[in-house]
Order: sequence, then C-alpha cells, then structure tokens
Amino acid sequence: MLYREAGDFKTSYAADGQTFPIRFDRLRYWAVLAVAFGVVPFLINDYWANAVMVPFLIYAIAAIGLNILTGYCGQVSLGTGGFMAVGAYACYKLMTAFPDVSIFLHVLLAGGVTALVGVLFGLPSLRIKGFYLAVATLAAQFFLVWLFNKVPWFYNYSASGQITAPERTILGIAVTGANTPAWAKYLFCLVVLTLLAWVARNLTRGAVGRRWMAIRDMDIAAEIIGVNPLTAKLSAFAVSSFFIGVAGALFFSVYLGAVEVGEAFGIQKSFLVLFMIIIGGLGSIFGSFAGAAFLVLLPVLLKNILVGQLGWPTDLAAHIELMIVGGLIIVFLIAEPHGLNQLWRVAKEKLRLWPFPH
Amino acid sequence: MRKTLAAVVAAAIAASAAPAMAELMVPSLSYRTGPYAPGGIPYADGFADYFTLLNERDGGIGGERVNVVECETAYNTEKGVECYEATKGQGALVYNPLSTGITYQLIPKVTADGIPLYTPGYGRTSAANGKVFEWVFNYPANYWDAASVAVKYLLDQNGGSLEGKKIALVYHNSAYGKEPIRTLTELSKKHGFTLVEVPVDHPGQEQKSQWLQIRRDKPDYVVMYGWGVMNAVAIQEAVNINYPMDQFIGIWWSGSENDVLPAGDGANGYKSLAMHGTGSDYPVYADLKQYVQDAGKAAGAGDQVGSVLYSRGMYAAMVIAEAIRKAQEIHGTAAITAAQLRDGFEQLEITEARMAELGLPDFGQPFKASCEDHGGPGAALIQQWDATAKKWSLVTDFIAPDDEVLEPLVQEDSAAFAAENNIAERCN
Repeated sequence: MLYREAGDFKTSYAADGQTFPIRFDRLRYWAVLAVAFGVVPFLINDYWANAVMVPFLIYAIAAIGLNILTGYCGQVSLGTGGFMAVGAYACYKLMTAFPDVSIFLHVLLAGGVTALVGVLFGLPSLRIKGFYLAVATLAAQFFLVWLFNKVPWFYNYSASGQITAPERTILGIAVTGANTPAWAKYLFCLVVLTLLAWVARNLTRGAVGRRWMAIRDMDIAAEIIGVNPLTAKLSAFAVSSFFIGVAGALFFSVYLGAVEVGEAFGIQKSFLVLFMIIIGGLGSIFGSFAGAAFLVLLPVLLKNILVGQLGWPTDLAAHIELMIVGGLIIVFLIAEPHGLNQLWRVAKEKLRLWPFPH
Repeated sequence: MRKTLAAVVAAAIAASAAPAMAELMVPSLSYRTGPYAPGGIPYADGFADYFTLLNERDGGIGGERVNVVECETAYNTEKGVECYEATKGQGALVYNPLSTGITYQLIPKVTADGIPLYTPGYGRTSAANGKVFEWVFNYPANYWDAASVAVKYLLDQNGGSLEGKKIALVYHNSAYGKEPIRTLTELSKKHGFTLVEVPVDHPGQEQKSQWLQIRRDKPDYVVMYGWGVMNAVAIQEAVNINYPMDQFIGIWWSGSENDVLPAGDGANGYKSLAMHGTGSDYPVYADLKQYVQDAGKAAGAGDQVGSVLYSRGMYAAMVIAEAIRKAQEIHGTAAITAAQLRDGFEQLEITEARMAELGLPDFGQPFKASCEDHGGPGAALIQQWDATAKKWSLVTDFIAPDDEVLEPLVQEDSAAFAAENNIAERCN
C-alpha cells in the first residue's frame, strides 16, 4: 500500500529519470542517510566502529568497485587484494612524503594511483576473456603482493616490512592513528562511501554504464552498435580500481593502522570481495552493500552469539561459524542464484502488488 | 538495506549483553584454528591453566580471582582488532596476542588506551627500549637476541670464526620473519659469513622451491624463523633433501614437539633455541595436575601438558601473575587497574629464588625490568630433538646475545618510531 507507483506523478524529465522513482524508496533512502549521519555517530563506540561499522563501510566500497568491473562490465577479476594493496601503499607513501596535505586528498590520490595500475593490468582484457582473464588478474594479485614485499622503498625501509599509519587530522580531529575517536573513523569512511556510491550509481545509470553492460552482455554486438571495447573495458578497470584503491587506503589508514601486505591483502581478500558481490548480486549497487554486510557482520554476530551468549569454546565456535556462513552461502545461492539483490527486487515487486497479488 | 539493519540490530543485542567482570580480567587472544593452531593451542592451554591453578590453589592473586577471557584471532589481524575492542571494554589488564602482526597493530592502540602489552619472545624488538615504548614489554628475550644467540652458538661450534661460511635464513615472509634480517646482516658483516635469505609465504605449506634452493646453494647452516604449519613442513623438506639436522637451527617458535613429530626419525638432531627449560619435571606440574587436570578444569583437550609451547604459555602467565602481584604491592590494592599493572611490569624482578618458590627452579633466566629496560637479558638456550625418546634435551647453558651489535639497532628502530609518532623519551 505504501510501496506503489500509482499517484506518484512526474512532471519533468528530471523527475522521471531520478534514481528512486518511487516515493517510499526515496524516503527510505533519505531515512537511511539521516540515521547513518545523524544518529549512529552519537551512539557509536570503539567496538562498534572498529569491529563492525568501519570494516563494513570499507568492504562496501571495495565490493562496489569490483561490482563495476565484474557485475557491470563482465570482466572477472581476482586481483582485488593486490589493488587494495596498491591503494594502501600509495596512501602510505603519500602520507609520509607529504604530511601537510589533507588525508582526504591522499585517500583519493591513492585511488587514482590504483586506477592507473588497474588500467595497466586491464590491458590483457582486450585480448582475453572469462577464466583466462581471471588468471591474468590473479597474476596481478601475486605480482603486486610480491612487489610490496620485495622492494623496501614501498615500506620506507622499516625493519619488519610493516607499514604504519601516522596520525593525520581533518579540521583538527584525528582520523588516522590510535587517538582517533570512534565517530571520526566512522564518519570519514561513511562520507567517502556515500560519495563513491553516489558516483557509482550515477555512472552505471548513464551512458558509461550502458556501454559497460553492452560489453558484458555481448561484446561483438556492442562493438557493432558503436561501443569502443578499448575505452569501455579500460574505463571499467580504471573506475573499479579507483574504488578498490580507496577501499585499500581506508583499510590501511583508518581501519587497521598497520598492515603487512601478505597477510592483509592476500588472495583470500580477493576471494572475499568476489564472494561479497556474488552473494549480494552482480550488477547492483545495493547488492554490494548487502554482500559486504553479509560477510562482515554475520561472522561477528555469530561469534558474539556462540561465544558471548552460549559460552561455547572459542575454537568450536570458530569452526561452526565457518560452517554456518558457508552453509548460508550455499542456501542463498540455491534459493536465489542472483544474490541478495534479487531477493530484494522480488520483495519490491511483491510489495507493489500487495495487498492484491495475482 | 533492510537486511543490513536487521543484522546490525541483532549484533547490537548480542554485543551489549556481554557480562560485566569484577575480577582481574586477563584476555587471551588465542588461535585454536587455522594454519597456526599447532602453535596457538598449546600456548593458550598453558596460559589458561596457570591462571586456573592460581585461582584453584591460592584463590587468585592477592585474593582477587583471575578471569581469563579467550578470544579467537586465527592469527588474523582483523580478528585481532575485533578481539581487542571486544575485550577492552570489559576491563582488560594486559594483552598477550602471540602474533607479531597483531602486536604491531596493538602498540599504538594500547599506548592510546593505556593498557600494557606483554610480548615475551615476539613482537616488535625495539619495544625493549622503555624510553620510547612506555606500555610495551618484551622481556626476557626478543627476535634479535635470538638471531644473535644462534650466531654465537655457531661461532662456538666453529672455534670462534664463521669466516667464509654460508648461513641461510628460512623465514616466514611477514613482520615476524623479517625482523632478524637486519641483525643477521650486521652480524654477517662483523663475522664475515654470507647470509642467504629464503622467504616462505604465509601459510608455508608449500616449500619445495625454497628447499630446492637450499639443496643447490648448500649453506653450512640453516636458521629458521617459522611458525605454525610452516615449521613441520620445513623440517620434513629438510629431511627430504637430506640436509644434516644438526646444522639446522630454529628460533624458539620453531622448536616444539608439534613441529618435529611429523617428520619422525628424520628429525633426529634438529636444534632450536629455547627461552626456558623443557619437560614436565618441574614441581609446578604436580600442582597443575592436582588442581587443574585432575579436577577437570584443564583448558582445551588437556593433551598438551608439558610440551614446549605449553610451558611457554605458562611462563607468560607466570610473568603476568608476578607483575600483577608487584602492582598490588606497589599500589596497596588487590583490584588493580591496567595503568597500575604497567608499574608492576616496569618494576618487576624475577629472581632465581622466586622462580624456585613458584615451582619452576632453573626454568628461565632471572631478570629485572626498569624504566629504560623493557627487554630483559635476552639470553637463550639451545635444545636438540631426540627422535627415539621423543623429547627435547638442552645442549648448552644460557648464551647471552651480542649487545654491542643489538643495542644500536634497538636505539635506531625505536628512535624511528618515536619520530613517527612524536614521542618524547621518558626516564630522563
């Protein structure tokens, strides 16, 4: 009854083309933003910021990035961890080389550096497709991790090869380093995520996104109707890597504060983000959020229930947790192969007809 | 978004319902799962059992019971952060994460939050400099001490000269494994040996190419900085290429029963460093058996008692318990805070007499901390594996490290940390 198009008249092209044409959707969107910006920062504590919200926000950025490449443009990538590492190390080098420049700029610049690297590793996509491309990006993953381990310049010649984020402030409030208040971490990541999600949503709705999707659906047909595969594929690699680079920069500077490339940005990170978009739904921004939430929040939730509430031994809980998450992934994919986003879409379709389904 | 919110709300309920603690709360960031579990399980068991013993036998420390809260990290830094934040709010007194990666992560955090971090034999080596690292303690020994002790032992074996020898360092390609490289490079200059670096990537289950390289290069000695499943694989590979076991020395993290047993008889003669004595011949084990194991209160499966890493977990717990006692004495209160415990750590002195009183005579080296010195003497023993008897035996006495080489390195690294983080030196 609430969720319907009837009676919601549009009187201009702009109104007709807006992101959320249904009024209830629009209100919900603003309500979520209002809660995220206006309520959560006042309630959040260290545990909630560091263990739940900040990783969720950062993985959501990475998932949107990979979704642009894999979900929208159809180019399978297993190099996410490596590209996140590029973002993290670029951010570290920039932070230490130019301490007076705002961290916000550094994070965006780190994304820019990653975009360049992404384009470089995207070049093979012009010749190879599908699984073969996945293997080429896998090479990027291993090469980049090896590089950051091998060349001491990237970690400023520190004895242990670790990179540690120094304290940086925005408007006098620390956003990186150990003295960062929980709300500042959260808000910084939230601002970046909101900005990037907005950009991603509008890019994928526009001409660029349509070119990507044309390439995804059938590249020969797309070429015939005038889509240039070179620019379409490389722009997808660039934009996707930019997002992933920003996620990597935040992951290192805001979330963990100190990372080691092999442990933090290994192959398992590539798989994790890939699973997020597969579970969330390929080719959807909402799916990226849902997938990130599923894989970040669920393990923490299960751990709190099994160990905190039921008092199980930690090793048993950790094993059961893996089994439950794995089982749920299978259940979801059998019940809905198109991911959580499809469930959401079906729910919305049903809501439109409710209470008179046919 | 709705699903997200539902999950968030549910997690909120779960997290906020964590019970409040009124006792001495000592979190144990352990790992009983994943590729590092062979090392994590015995350590966590020993750590928990010692505090159980204190609770059962003495009613806690100074009348306050100790509550050990375990949190599974799987040796993963993200889970480590989650565990830190989860336990911090419950009044944690001291952290002992048994992971160098997590230690690097926690050093700035504990400094900001004012909670001591105790990393015996691991962590950031330069934390030995108490002038810079106010909240971090790594006595009785650290990674650089280990490298130096290993080289000193080899010098001793070779009549005082390593000129022209080739030593390979097989290391876990992480902060942990990279730590000794700088020390060994300095030592190679001083003693004239060649250092060959052989990195093994996480988790270290595949080492064929590394050992092929060793077979080709034929180094005179192999020193290993490994952990978890990597140790057992390396020893097996060394057996496969017929590398002489008595020329193969692991650090104290590569010298537990779980590392050598899989290789069977082939591992006979493998050496490793040790921070403390081995075996269950110490009087404390009788008490542990009476009050903990026989009472059915043992942590984990209870099958690790007396193993090397079990003893190490127990040793760490013992030092923490002594620091708590010291803090109670200084501040005249049984229910100490984390900040008071830091004073206890800093003024801690473990004498041989005290060790004997605790049921661990001739177990570890005596040490005395101070405002400047958070690192202890750094001496270590060499132990050798006897595959037929299935036990470790000590082959040397405590060997002191070469402080002439180590001290400038510690100063340099801690000065870099102080400069990065704007820390003014204390204790002046």
